[in-house]
Amino acid sequence: MYRITAREDLAPVTKLFKVHAPEVARKAKAGQFVIVRINEEGERVPLTVADYDRESGEITIVFQEVGKTTKQMGTMKVGDEFASFVGPLGQPTEIENYGTVMVVGGGVGIAPIYPIARSLREAGNKVIAIIGARNQGLLFWEDKMRSVSDELIVCTDDGSYARKALVTEPMKEILSSDHKPNIIWAIGPAIMMKFAALATQPFGVKTIVSLNSIMVDGTGMCGACRVEVGGKTKFVCVDGPEFDGHQVDWGLLLDRQRIYVDQEKRATERFEQHAHGECCGEGK
Amino acid sequence: MAKIGPRNEMPRQDPQVRGRNFNEVALGYSAEQALAEAQRCLQCKDPTCREGCPVNVRIPEFILALREGDMWRSVEMLKDKNNLPAICGRVCPQETQCEEKCVLGKKFEPVAIGRLERYVSDWEIGQGVRKPALAPSTGKRVAVIGAGPAGLTCAGDLAKLGHQVTLFEALHAPGGVLIYGIPEFRLPKSIVGTEVQYVQSLGVELRLNNVVGKLATVDELFAMGYDAIFLGTGAGLPMFMNIPGENLNGVYSANEFLTRTNLMKAYKFPEYDTPIMIGKQVAVIGAGNVAMDSARCALRLGADRVQVVYRRTKAEAPARAEELANAEEEGIEFHYLTNPISILGTEKGWVKGIRLQKQQLGEPDASGRPRPVPIPGSEYEEEVDMVVMALGTRPNPMVFTDTPSLERSRHGTVVANEENGRTKRARIWSGGDIVTGAATVISAMGAGKRAAADMDAFLKNPDQEWWVEPSAKPAHE
Ligand SMILES: Cc1cc2nc3c(=O)[nH]c(=O)nc-3n(C[C@H](O)[C@H](O)[C@H](O)COP(=O)(O)OP(=O)(O)OC[C@H]3O[C@@H](n4cnc5c(N)ncnc54)[C@H](O)[C@@H]3O)c2cc1C
Ligand SMILES: Cc1cc2nc3c(=O)[nH]c(=O)nc-3n(C[C@H](O)[C@H](O)[C@H](O)COP(=O)(O)OP(=O)(O)OC[C@H]3O[C@@H](n4cnc5c(N)ncnc54)[C@H](O)[C@@H]3O)c2cc1C
Ligand code: SF4
Ligand code: SF4
Ligand code: FES
Repeated sequence: MYRITAREDLAPVTKLFKVHAPEVARKAKAGQFVIVRINEEGERVPLTVADYDRESGEITIVFQEVGKTTKQMGTMKVGDEFASFVGPLGQPTEIENYGTVMVVGGGVGIAPIYPIARSLREAGNKVIAIIGARNQGLLFWEDKMRSVSDELIVCTDDGSYARKALVTEPMKEILSSDHKPNIIWAIGPAIMMKFAALATQPFGVKTIVSLNSIMVDGTGMCGACRVEVGGKTKFVCVDGPEFDGHQVDWGLLLDRQRIYVDQEKRATERFEQHAHGECCGEGK
Repeated sequence: MAKIGPRNEMPRQDPQVRGRNFNEVALGYSAEQALAEAQRCLQCKDPTCREGCPVNVRIPEFILALREGDMWRSVEMLKDKNNLPAICGRVCPQETQCEEKCVLGKKFEPVAIGRLERYVSDWEIGQGVRKPALAPSTGKRVAVIGAGPAGLTCAGDLAKLGHQVTLFEALHAPGGVLIYGIPEFRLPKSIVGTEVQYVQSLGVELRLNNVVGKLATVDELFAMGYDAIFLGTGAGLPMFMNIPGENLNGVYSANEFLTRTNLMKAYKFPEYDTPIMIGKQVAVIGAGNVAMDSARCALRLGADRVQVVYRRTKAEAPARAEELANAEEEGIEFHYLTNPISILGTEKGWVKGIRLQKQQLGEPDASGRPRPVPIPGSEYEEEVDMVVMALGTRPNPMVFTDTPSLERSRHGTVVANEENGRTKRARIWSGGDIVTGAATVISAMGAGKRAAADMDAFLKNPDQEWWVEPSAKPAHE
């Protein structure tokens, strides 16, 4: 079992856990993910490694409460345990000295972009970072991001904090300026990554995205996570999760993310009813 | 034994009822039925049935003991060659193995060896499985990777021989295909659980959620002090046809469909969290065991119509005869000599139909089976909302990314000596689907057993040449 050793509420619906998983922590690298399962009835849910501590054997995960499983995770406390915590899965980010790089984190995508920014900085890159969220309540880790970037731009869609803009606006400005990056990482909701990739395409700057397709096993065995990149079918869990955003078939990814909307809604409603009743949300 | 009566049928759930539940279809013999079936065996001096079994189970001996009422001896005879009889009795393709070679089959029906095997091992499970004597500890440590039939068998045998075994499994449950692929109604998970517990009771340390290659590489395992490694990671990578529409919502690989249903228990959604699409009109492509299992799961999940689409004829269908018959009885439709050419979708990206083309049989291909040849102009469409691709699988690539030194064939399988399981890399043995490509439970188990014996011999005497080109004689004893 994998124990939660720390919990921090970054925003009303965004939570951070540190989880004791020393073997995973020993190997994890920026860009990789884990698959967690709460209990016997639980589904397998992929979450990016937001940080790791090889000494203490902890992995940090950050998640947004969007459906049944993440809402149920939101009720977990320090000392509670996950039934499974598998990883590190996927290919790590290719960290090199590229010169100037731009990293963009949207919403919960700020969490996975942080270790990438840090590793890129450590590799000698000049890091320009942009973080954004729908509103101030969804924003987090501004300080952490500032500590690993040479320049940080913060924005909210509704202007409730910092600059009122979608992340694509400052991206385009920087791409048009004289410190144009050589490579870009953009991580967030699929729709944001799609528009980020569209925004950078005219500038011809390689834009890496981290795809969040639906998964089951995470080891290349089921094909649930398949996407099309450059006209070829790829499995996000083994070939990715990072891909060249200019090659991704975004329509397909967005369609495939909707496969279970009806069931997800039912599960969430059922969970919320139970959570408010006497039953403890074990799904029984 | 003057007159040979017909084979004793095994009671099964009524097709009308079972098509809507996940309980086991075949109910097993009663004591009387088992005895009556056992009486049919001629106790041949030269039992040809054994030659048909990939692990040479001592068939006449276990049947004789059963007949004499000595059940523990029957168990002992059975388990002498087969570690997982409760499983093999249920899932072996007996009609092409032991039962095909039974002499009775020439004039009458063959002895129902599989059903008797199941009866004896279910009896044993009912008694509480007895732990065998273990050899004294050798002080050697072995890592077995993959807890499918190959890995479980290898781990169990090595533990009995006194080695300290760690069994690494990527998923959160042990059993491999037995737990994620083969459905409850064909192989109850409690039986797999019993076999796993037995292996653990021998002292094997089971480490779940442990993807070798990601957590520790093979080199790191050696560095941690393991003296030998067995790779039994199976063939899990699903194949697709590369036809238009294959990534539409509603197209599943059989592996995903079965994993959601069986491993994740999506048939109990929302009690269990994992969702699954409930197709009303389902097409399953392929006619192997995987296809039968997918079709029958789709029916049980609530489909109105399930069609199996196969490009050859029933005679070439690779599924176990019993399961093909079960599927037919349950009302699954079979469209032979038919192949999909594209999957049709709605604007929103959901499956709405499938375009098919009739085939005729031509000259035999490399596999020796007649090659299906498309008939131009025979294309037609069927309305479906779900398609399951059950085309077969290839070796799971995960473990190789960090072990490039393993030699592999063109098909991605590991090159290993079939007689002893040795790969081209010293101290790494391998067996099961990862070596043969998708095969059977009993052949994976046999490979695990042969490797365990060779590993034991090697660990006791490492001063030997590692790789000797395999001899021409057949692999099995
Ligand atoms: C490689 C990868 C890394 C990810 N990292 C993070 C992260 O760091 N933080 C975070 O908050 N989220 C992350 N996600 C998304 C996260 O897995 C989903 O939000 C989560 O599964 C939702 O589960 P739920 O039951 O709460 O919601 P549901 O109600 O089940 O679903 C809400 C939405 O989440 C998506 N989803 C559902 N099930 C899965 C699944 N098994 N796999 C992937 N997506 C699914 C669907 O698009 C769905 O519309 C990541 C996804 C992937 C593939
Ligand atoms: C749906 C279906 C139905 C079938 N029906 C029958 C039947 O009726 N009769 C029959 O005889 N055969 C049947 N088969 C075939 C049979 O199940 C297989 O041949 C057999 O299971 C192969 O055993 P194995 O041990 O080689 O591999 P598997 O059973 O595939 O086990 C391999 C294990 O290794 C694990 N693994 C993979 N990679 C790693 C890694 N990197 N680290 C750790 N663990 C890893 C996997 O998770 C898995 O648990 C069927 C197969 C399927 C898919
Ligand atoms: S293991 Fe399979 S092939 Fe061998 S005797 Fe038993 S049922 Fe027949
Ligand atoms: S060949 Fe048939 S009759 Fe003869 S021993 Fe084997 S099972 Fe019995
Ligand atoms: S999640 Fe199953 S293959 Fe990627």
